[in-house]
Amino acid sequence: MKRSDGAVANGRVREDTDAGVGEISEPALTRADRENLFRYMVMMRAAEERGLTLYKQGKVPGSFYDGCGQEAISVGSAYVLGPQDRMCILHRDLGAHFVRGVTPDRYLANYMGRADGVTGGKDGNMHFGDRKLGAVGMVSMLPDMALVANGMALAFKMRGEPRIAMTYFGEGSTANGQWHEGMNFAGVHRLPIVFILENNQFAYSTPNELEFAVDPVERAHTYGFSGVTVDGNDVEAVFEASRVAAERARSGGGPTLIECRTMRMHGHGAHDDMSYVPKEMFEEWSQRDPIDRYAERLVGEHGFDSDDVEAIRADVRAYIDECASKALESPMPDPELATAGVFAEQWEALGDGNAPWSYWADEGHTGNGSTSVSERSAA
Amino acid sequence: MTDTTTTPPGSREVAGDAATEPQPDRNGKREMTYLQAISDGLREEMRRDESVFCLGEDIGVFGGAFKVTDGFAEEFGIDRVLDTPLAENAIVGAAIGAAVEGMKPVCEMQFADFISCGFDQLVNVAGKLHYRQGVAVPIVVRLPSGGGFSGGPFHSQNPEAWFVQAPGLKVVAPATAEDAKGLLVSAIRDPNPVCYLEHKGLYRYVKGEVPEGDYEVPLGEARVAREGEEMSVITYGSGVHLALQAADALDEDIEVLDLRTLNPLDTEAILASARKTGKVLVAHEATRSAGVGAEVAALVTEEAFEDLDGPVRRLTAPDVPIPFSPPLEQAVLPQLEDMKEACRELLAY
Repeated sequence: MKRSDGAVANGRVREDTDAGVGEISEPALTRADRENLFRYMVMMRAAEERGLTLYKQGKVPGSFYDGCGQEAISVGSAYVLGPQDRMCILHRDLGAHFVRGVTPDRYLANYMGRADGVTGGKDGNMHFGDRKLGAVGMVSMLPDMALVANGMALAFKMRGEPRIAMTYFGEGSTANGQWHEGMNFAGVHRLPIVFILENNQFAYSTPNELEFAVDPVERAHTYGFSGVTVDGNDVEAVFEASRVAAERARSGGGPTLIECRTMRMHGHGAHDDMSYVPKEMFEEWSQRDPIDRYAERLVGEHGFDSDDVEAIRADVRAYIDECASKALESPMPDPELATAGVFAEQWEALGDGNAPWSYWADEGHTGNGSTSVSERSAA
Repeated sequence: MTDTTTTPPGSREVAGDAATEPQPDRNGKREMTYLQAISDGLREEMRRDESVFCLGEDIGVFGGAFKVTDGFAEEFGIDRVLDTPLAENAIVGAAIGAAVEGMKPVCEMQFADFISCGFDQLVNVAGKLHYRQGVAVPIVVRLPSGGGFSGGPFHSQNPEAWFVQAPGLKVVAPATAEDAKGLLVSAIRDPNPVCYLEHKGLYRYVKGEVPEGDYEVPLGEARVAREGEEMSVITYGSGVHLALQAADALDEDIEVLDLRTLNPLDTEAILASARKTGKVLVAHEATRSAGVGAEVAALVTEEAFEDLDGPVRRLTAPDVPIPFSPPLEQAVLPQLEDMKEACRELLAY
């Protein structure tokens, strides 16, 4: 099996092809950006830990699914997006929801089936997307959302808008036929889209060697676009690969497949004891925790004090406490609503997501097309 | 198969194809085939609203397997008449995403049968998005359906019941040229996913006066195709024509109710007709068990039992795949004689 371990080890981006790469501008992460990246990862970890506690307390119907160990991927990738870009976010990617503006109380309320959850109790766990924040929520069938994200990208391309779509899937779903359909369609139509492949070593209990004979990132060039492998536990490496891919997509250079190599540090769900994971493998990945590593880097390379880092952690803990209380206060949904909303009365545009990267605060970097979507839909 | 548009047995050939736009008469109506009416509705919506576009296999330069989009690529450009790879889930998935972002995609399945390959996107994604997330998905999936010309088990199916059972999808099945256009226009403008079943046997067989310009046939409204007092045939699609022919041939006072929309059903019109005549035959070309006919029969017995003068009967295909060889296929698909016999039996009850 071909691997690009060298590239992964130093957190650099490896380009399989240079198809469609225009002039890619230099990265620009300010101190505030780095603080944000750290904060969102800590927030994801803390929110999921709190969710797991609520599950163990019997307050979460069904099971519980998290992305422990994968926080750098959803945070680093979503952080590059402009307000009018769109996402389909998957079940290990809570950080992307937070970057785009979902608050942890609504996430926790969703897990508990409460009225104030993002879906109001219509769907559970991570099956949500806040339409007011530019996201279309996932379904359980994988990788269905990649094909839907293609459609959003197609709309942007047809209208000549400089907007992109971004979506996620695990390495497990690359075995499904729809993955081929989606990649091929994106390649043929050279869509403005970024595919984030999270290789977390296992599809539930099935290891990489039983999932594929060739690393899926190697397939990218056969679809006519770039494939890149990065260290998925390095938030700035993920950010950088995503930034390059997003700029390529936005400038007409087509899709990019970014494989983020990582490890799912919890079971597939809370019911899964991970007995199939070799102990040494787990230990090895424990040493590469994306949050601890970034904390060290902030202090060692980016001029943060240990106190700054600790203050962020404490701040997030307090915020999650507050959000958990709020979620617990939310009522259960009215049973009358069970039969409501099957059909739409009218189409409504998705709202825009938050775009906290400092780049988007600059004059002229609005990420908007010449005509806004709402103007078009009114016309 | 290369040409499944062969005229069904006993039908009359009507000249003209989709690319030729018939000229209106003095009343602002044009005579056109069912196929031309579909094209006409699609073409007018594309002219009227630039967010409407088509995607599917071989629909662009080639104009579609049945030529519904013949000439469209020249008029609208290949970006709005998008030839896609042979990948039904990718087609429906892309339509969903584009619809969420303000486009109004019209997908063509080359044959209704092939929607099985796009089932997941349609049923699990499109049908549930509004219920789960409040996201409207205004897509139309055109489904050339039906048998009668040796298409065999994979080019002849009537899969409407699959979608009537999937919450969140609207399902329409026009029988006339006027409805073919008006229902397509309504489907395109509806904010929900709509399965549009166009019966291949009606493409060139059915011809009628179609109003010029912009009109809608509202979703969810049935139509009385023939007034009668003695019994009702409640049907849709190709069944409407069988029922009308049978009623004329028998010269009996038979009412024919054309459902037009299968989800949501026009329960009022169904019950009104059942109560009026007291005898109901439900007919469709699709297979029998748990079909649309079963739903109509259950509705009538639940809500109009007191008004019935006989059992609710069904005339459908049996629960078998559609066979290829003409005598086998004719044994499976309801024929005019079957319709006449079913009506005679119920009238005599």
